[in-house]
Amino acid sequence: MSSAEEMRRRTRELLAAHPPASTDRLDFLRARFDAGLAWVHYPEGLGGLGAPRSLQAVVDAELEAAGAPDNDPRRIGIGLGMAAPTILQFGTEEQKRRYLRPLWTGEEVWCQLFSEPGAGSDLAALGTRAVREGDNWVVNGQKVWTSSAHVARWAILIARTDPDVPKHRGITYFVCDMTDPGVEVRPLRQITGEAEFNEVFLTDVRIPDSRRLGQVGDGWKVAQTTLNNERVAIGGMRLPREGGMIGPVSRTWRERPELRTHDLHQRLLKLWVEAEVSRLTAERLRQQLVAGQPGPEGAGMKLAFARLNQEISGLEVELLGEEGLLYDDWTMRRPELVDFTGRDAGYRYLRSKGNSIEGGTTEVLLNIVAERVLGLPAEPRTDKDVAWKDLAR
Amino acid sequence: MSAQPDLLYSEEEEALRAAVRDLLADHCDAPGVIARTESDASHDREAWKALADGMGLAGLLVPESLGGQGATHREAAVVLEELGRAVAPVPYLTSAVVATEALLACGADELLGELASGRRIGALAVALNVAPGGAYKVVRHEGGALHGDLTGVADAAAADVLLVPADDGGLYAVDTTAATVTPQVSLDLTRPLATVTLDGAPGRLLGDAEPAVHRALRAGAGLLASEQLGLAEWTLTETVRYLKERKQFNRPVGGFQALKHRLAQLWLEVVNLRAAARNAADALTTGEDADLAATVAQAFAAPVAVHAAEEALQLHGGIGMTWEHPAHLYLKRAKADSIAYGTAGAHRQALAGLADLQAP
Repeated sequence: MSSAEEMRRRTRELLAAHPPASTDRLDFLRARFDAGLAWVHYPEGLGGLGAPRSLQAVVDAELEAAGAPDNDPRRIGIGLGMAAPTILQFGTEEQKRRYLRPLWTGEEVWCQLFSEPGAGSDLAALGTRAVREGDNWVVNGQKVWTSSAHVARWAILIARTDPDVPKHRGITYFVCDMTDPGVEVRPLRQITGEAEFNEVFLTDVRIPDSRRLGQVGDGWKVAQTTLNNERVAIGGMRLPREGGMIGPVSRTWRERPELRTHDLHQRLLKLWVEAEVSRLTAERLRQQLVAGQPGPEGAGMKLAFARLNQEISGLEVELLGEEGLLYDDWTMRRPELVDFTGRDAGYRYLRSKGNSIEGGTTEVLLNIVAERVLGLPAEPRTDKDVAWKDLAR
Repeated sequence: MSAQPDLLYSEEEEALRAAVRDLLADHCDAPGVIARTESDASHDREAWKALADGMGLAGLLVPESLGGQGATHREAAVVLEELGRAVAPVPYLTSAVVATEALLACGADELLGELASGRRIGALAVALNVAPGGAYKVVRHEGGALHGDLTGVADAAAADVLLVPADDGGLYAVDTTAATVTPQVSLDLTRPLATVTLDGAPGRLLGDAEPAVHRALRAGAGLLASEQLGLAEWTLTETVRYLKERKQFNRPVGGFQALKHRLAQLWLEVVNLRAAARNAADALTTGEDADLAATVAQAFAAPVAVHAAEEALQLHGGIGMTWEHPAHLYLKRAKADSIAYGTAGAHRQALAGLADLQAP
């Protein structure tokens, strides 16, 4: 049932019944979902076959060879990487059937309404309120750093449902309809000139109780599933040598000898070594995961990635000299995709500043490594037994 | 791009690690190692006998047909990690890796089997600071005998035979009984240096010195990263343990965020070093990309091991400054290792050629 041969057979059946060349892209993706070949480790009827996750590669290879369209995963990363695993684990049967298929095909884009202006590193202190009214919850508050909010149909949302208990206990997890009239999305322009992210203002947004994920007050626990899956997605990358930020600067160095100085040479060689070792560390982590021996190393990968991106792009701007004084374009745009190594050196330098903030600041991640990996004492927790409404803010 | 290197440890390698660690726990405890540094016998003969004779580890890199174990650099690297963790005063890197690689480059020789069995200890008579491809001093070959003075030869005082490069381009085997070997007062108490004076010493020609020395130093540099990993791991683990226990201001010192962050950064460096060291060991085994892998590993490893040892000293506070506490053994070894087989800077310079990142 779950052998590679069986996967190949099913994939060929799908291709025979829906030849990619003569099938509408969306029709093909829906048929693939219904055949259980979307994500084979998901249950039957929900786009999967309950097969080992590793067999997905067999399916993907067959489909790629046949020139089948994919679901453009980069465009729907939040849905695939964060919303879907959470819905799968905590959703009701009805919720799973309603949301997962259009999520996977990309018909419905998802975004994440977690961070707030007053709740960044201390996410659990969030203040967006959800008040029960009959079968609905009425939501008021402000969210921030929301990518894809302007194109999203749905959002995963955490909001405070009980201000009278300590912060972790009074949160509930919802699915929010982004087309509700109380949802206002405003672009949030960042230092690069563009607006990759949004602010989302929620004013008397009515969410039916049927769109709650998990129990009332269990939202923090549910959100852990979402956030853990974010880290898995970051740790799974595989790069060739010079595959990251070190690539463009190394090419510039080779192609433009007139820019070289001795000082820059020493710094470039040092960063090249660090980038190569970081790549090997990521590869080692990947091999550990494949071998079924996941280690705590993943916690450190993002730390190294952020620092290296910043130092390398900073060096690159300097290397370019007079050109480094220029910037390609400050025009305000709302890009759908983000490419850290895209555009010019100035953009890379500015965008990489966010790498040590997004997805957990370097300072918080160092605490996590110190406490969970090294077992050092936790930071003092003065808010642990205090009702949320009594916290300093 | 070539196939991905295997960066993990096999079950056999983990079993080997456990066995070596057990052995070193019995033979090389810290007070013993400290006491030995001021004794007449700076090398631990008993530990060496147990490793080489008892476990057959001196012959890991030598094919079975030549009297060795027919294992690879991957296993030798695991042994070196453990020797680093214990700062064990045994001539493993110098004899079982560097001298052995030089002999392997020269082809089959009875000396290989003797080194592999641990019956004799060899040392390449090249100063410890020389990087692969770097210039090294040679002695005069005249009238069928060797003449000259060499300095900075690691573990020469423990060696039975020296592999000596001469001005005619040959590499010669010289019994230490025919040479004058004088210990030098060394920064690293557990891998002491010595001068070698040859005054008409008879030498047996083994082969061409240049390729043999290059191969030996490359393996030395690449596998030294595993020793440095062991040093760094021990210092990090011991410092974390101590800071959980040590209390000041009515709380464990390890609870202060400034120190937690430093230790977390160090952990990250050690995690990276492990990948670099495994990559070098694997590349030396397969021969794939070995120059680059060894160079990257050594350019990365030395600063990490030194940083780890320096942090251990600082974070232990006053106790770390005492002769009684073993932290200084690790600091001295780590600092000496940062010069051994080429500094990080020398390896970065080599990388400019290997990765096509040429100087201005």
